[in-house]
Amino acid sequence: MIEARGLAKRYGSTTAVDDLSFSIRPGLVTGFLGPNGAGKTTTMRMILGLDAPTLGSVTVDGRSYRDLPAPMREVGALLDAKALHGGRRAYDHLLCLAYSNGITRRRVDEVIRLVGLEDVARRRAKGFSLGMSQRLGIASALLGDPAVLIFDEPVNGLDPDGIHWVRTLMRTMAAEGRTVLVSSHLMSEMAVTADHLLVIGKGRLIADTSVDELVRSSSRQSVHVRSPQAAELAAGCRAAGATVDAGTDPDVIEITGLDSAEVGKLAAARGIVLFELVPVRASLEEAFMELTRDSVEYQAAGATR
Amino acid sequence: MTDTTLARTGPDDRAAFRPATFADALRSEWTKLRSVRSTFWALTITVVLGVGLGAAISAAAAHGYAKSGAAGKLSWDPTALSLDGIGIATLAIAVLGVLFISSEYSSGMIRASLIAVPKRGRVLAAKSLVFAGVTFVVGEVISFTAFFVGQSLISGHAPHATLGDPGVARAVVGAGLALTALAVLSVAAGAVLRHPAAGIACMVAVLFVLPGIAQALPDSWRNPVTEYWPTQAGGQVATVHVAAHSLQPWPGFGVMCLFVAIVYAVAWTLLDRRDA
Repeated sequence: MIEARGLAKRYGSTTAVDDLSFSIRPGLVTGFLGPNGAGKTTTMRMILGLDAPTLGSVTVDGRSYRDLPAPMREVGALLDAKALHGGRRAYDHLLCLAYSNGITRRRVDEVIRLVGLEDVARRRAKGFSLGMSQRLGIASALLGDPAVLIFDEPVNGLDPDGIHWVRTLMRTMAAEGRTVLVSSHLMSEMAVTADHLLVIGKGRLIADTSVDELVRSSSRQSVHVRSPQAAELAAGCRAAGATVDAGTDPDVIEITGLDSAEVGKLAAARGIVLFELVPVRASLEEAFMELTRDSVEYQAAGATR
Repeated sequence: MTDTTLARTGPDDRAAFRPATFADALRSEWTKLRSVRSTFWALTITVVLGVGLGAAISAAAAHGYAKSGAAGKLSWDPTALSLDGIGIATLAIAVLGVLFISSEYSSGMIRASLIAVPKRGRVLAAKSLVFAGVTFVVGEVISFTAFFVGQSLISGHAPHATLGDPGVARAVVGAGLALTALAVLSVAAGAVLRHPAAGIACMVAVLFVLPGIAQALPDSWRNPVTEYWPTQAGGQVATVHVAAHSLQPWPGFGVMCLFVAIVYAVAWTLLDRRDA
């Protein structure tokens, strides 16, 4: 369990994180989502005691990170996979970290097998690809077999195989009852990995919700209809207060403001023949972009949806 | 800690974990130091150069002894000649000490280190102690080897020193002690400055540049500066003949240790307060 209360971080006049409060529960993969510069990494750094909050506090299992007696046993973290001494062998890198928390060589061997780095463990880390470094970083997070896992953009640089592996790993860890917090700026990744979402933008909490709820609450829900009497149906829907968009195909319309059942009843009442009646849910991507539209740090000039 | 706690168990068996200790941090820092190739090579070269340079200087001076005047014979100091190569070791230890911590900042490893050991004072203490220990061993190896090699080259050509002579044993041991104090200073300076280049430049300034500049000052300024300049004062513990305007061996070493303690305290405070 990770709990933040009124967490804020300012660098001079810049506010990186502003009044964040949340609880991250065990047994779920919680996606920490936001555009670049939203404050995800800063928040993770505060959880891990690297940055001191300007205001507020954050605790792991009720204690501030710096007060944990055996930190790696309780929290495993991967912030920046390339942040290691390139001249050190991967195995030694893990050994340095393991020893600092009284973890033995046996466990180092174990995590190397777990992430599939057996063949390169004796190589120096500077020759590693980003994908190999990510695996090494994940190995270091797993060293203490911790109850809480924190990953900052863990799939960056991984091939599809690696992405699938990380996803499965996180899901397994959560299923074992661990707390898993994983950040990403890719909604599509979170859609298939996370159970719960914390969405932040410009340092503020925008949403604390389950993945399903986020989609449901999105205003972009419509009904796709194909009918030889599309024009008649459109008129009926407009009369019922809905918005109707017509495409290039005269038989196809998109109705917003009525759900599929209502459209179906409306059509039946007027004896309109329907070939297709499909509720269209906004994709998670669209729901996310809608949420964060006002809080994107660096927006391309003229970029609109 | 038992093997069962290491197995991939669920998060329920966690109560059995023992807290991480200072000894764990020491072991981790020792592993860091020995697992980088450059440490071994830098120290080996330091030993070879330190001993070799002392030997060359001793041999050259011994051959010139017969031709030197009365003043030269009066100030003849065979111990100092044989330990002259320590200057090389001074530079090497200063650079390695700064790099030992500042390279963690330049690579980003410091974040992994501080996540693993969030008690930051413990990281600094473990790093300093490990590097001081290694330096002490290497320093004593250099100074004793250089002393015996140097004296054997001098003997037969000029009066040589033995460990039994007054102040000689203390000076030879002291050369290693002065390096050890410098080792802690370098790690602390690296922690304060965080950038390898800045840390090394600062140590070179403290060790060589500023004392050199002090030589250009008028006597009334120069004498107290050279007397109390920490690294100069610290070197007194490695000298047999105390020159004018210099502290006695142990008080001089005390000044150096005090200076190291101050810089260490600053490093500790900054490390604890700054975002990593």
